[in-house]
Amino acid sequence: MFELSGYQLSDFLLFSPRVYFRLFALHNEAVWPLHILMIVLGLGLCFVLLSRNMQVGRFVPGTLGIIWIWVGWSFFTLRYATINPFAIYVAPFFALEGALLIWIAMRGNGPEFQSVRNMTGIGAMGVLVFSIAGYPFIAPAMMRSLHTAEVFGIAPDPTAIATLAVLALSRGSLRIMAMLIPAAWCGITALTLWAMHAAS
Amino acid sequence: MTATRRSFVSGALAAAGTATLKPAPVLARNNAPATRPIPSTGEQLAMVGLGSWITFNVGRDQMLLDESAAVIRAFLDAGGQMIDSSPLYGSAQATIGYGLGKHGGTGKLFSADKVWISRVAAGAAQMEQSRKRWGVPRFDLLQVHNLVSWEGHLETLLAMKTAGKLRYVGVTTSHGRRHRELEQVMKSRPIDFVQLTYNIADREVEARLLPLAQEKGIAVIVNRPFRRGSLPRRLQRHPLPDWAGDTGASSWAQFLLKFILSHPAVTCVIPATTRVGHVRENVAAATQELPDAALRRRMLQHVLDL
Repeated sequence: MFELSGYQLSDFLLFSPRVYFRLFALHNEAVWPLHILMIVLGLGLCFVLLSRNMQVGRFVPGTLGIIWIWVGWSFFTLRYATINPFAIYVAPFFALEGALLIWIAMRGNGPEFQSVRNMTGIGAMGVLVFSIAGYPFIAPAMMRSLHTAEVFGIAPDPTAIATLAVLALSRGSLRIMAMLIPAAWCGITALTLWAMHAAS
Repeated sequence: MTATRRSFVSGALAAAGTATLKPAPVLARNNAPATRPIPSTGEQLAMVGLGSWITFNVGRDQMLLDESAAVIRAFLDAGGQMIDSSPLYGSAQATIGYGLGKHGGTGKLFSADKVWISRVAAGAAQMEQSRKRWGVPRFDLLQVHNLVSWEGHLETLLAMKTAGKLRYVGVTTSHGRRHRELEQVMKSRPIDFVQLTYNIADREVEARLLPLAQEKGIAVIVNRPFRRGSLPRRLQRHPLPDWAGDTGASSWAQFLLKFILSHPAVTCVIPATTRVGHVRENVAAATQELPDAALRRRMLQHVLDL
């Protein structure tokens, strides 16, 4: 095997920023108008969490689970893998996260959520709302076309952030385990963005 | 650009060392790019090629595929020959295949690719997959990428060359890595090409590897001539020196390429680009006379002073 010493993070970057962000533009074009459904579903998650209605609590992790499986297949397998051969190895982890969330939804009497009226709850709800309604506008804020916007339920980053926010509001022994993959993905994407910035 | 006294001294010594070497023959006919001979056969090869790391990894983006095809077309129309790629470079091989197909012919293409897999037994299959992506009947040059499992892969490549499935065999490194191992390969194996990193900021290879390549009759392909664009970006804050015309350069990119090409050991340099204008500018760097040793030292000192 080759040596790893002397390598910089940007050396592992296989694509240019332009290609990377155009990926989202192409993906958005291909799946439009699914974005509308995803935003409605996202707002539905917020409503359920605010109401703390135990009878529909399963809706939250169940919906997220299906979304994780969808993003893993549609984005990583069909889209990201065209420029990053390692993306095909990420999709199974997204499927695993989806399965774990669905299991949480179906388990026992369903998940429990804490109040959103304390500091943790307000913070987590704020992050959740941002990941659904605000994240797409990062693209124009960074002087990129709105076509490259990353939308909850379509792109992995806002999906992972929203999931971490939901899990921060939930109770139960599995929530920490369910946080591992979204947190790892946030770390990977942060490194990718940092490497692109360093390379440019 | 920061430079330590040590790096200046070592660079100056190396640059001075090149003054004792005979200049390599440079052929240029009409407006065609200048060529240098591949030492093992004498075949003439255009001195500026085209790399594909990052630039041609565009997936199935039709707009970017067409842009890449335009770059390939402009490169070949300008007289460029060597296009270099690797399975490591994402979809770059498929992009090259698309560009060559759209170009409607390969002209004087010199196809150079790499084997990059640790399991030696899987090398042949990977190389065949690469060939299909390019859409060429065979590769002109195959190289062991970054010396991964080089002993086994070199055996495979040399056997392919003997069987006529390949014309040239080589090995590659980049970023100044594994130079001791590279030296060992150059001394002990009958390779035709070596690919390594060399530019006005990264001159380590002047001390040993470039002279060794000349001694052993191994052609040298230079990668990272612009340090992935960072060198021209830094230099462009400054105007070209008023004596740049003496080098034949009309831009910083050409200035940097001419420094590299003026080393007599260098056969071909492979800058990568996504722009038609840049690829023409790069190929044009090989059409005029190259700096002599004194001018090389002046170029080096000027860049260090900036």
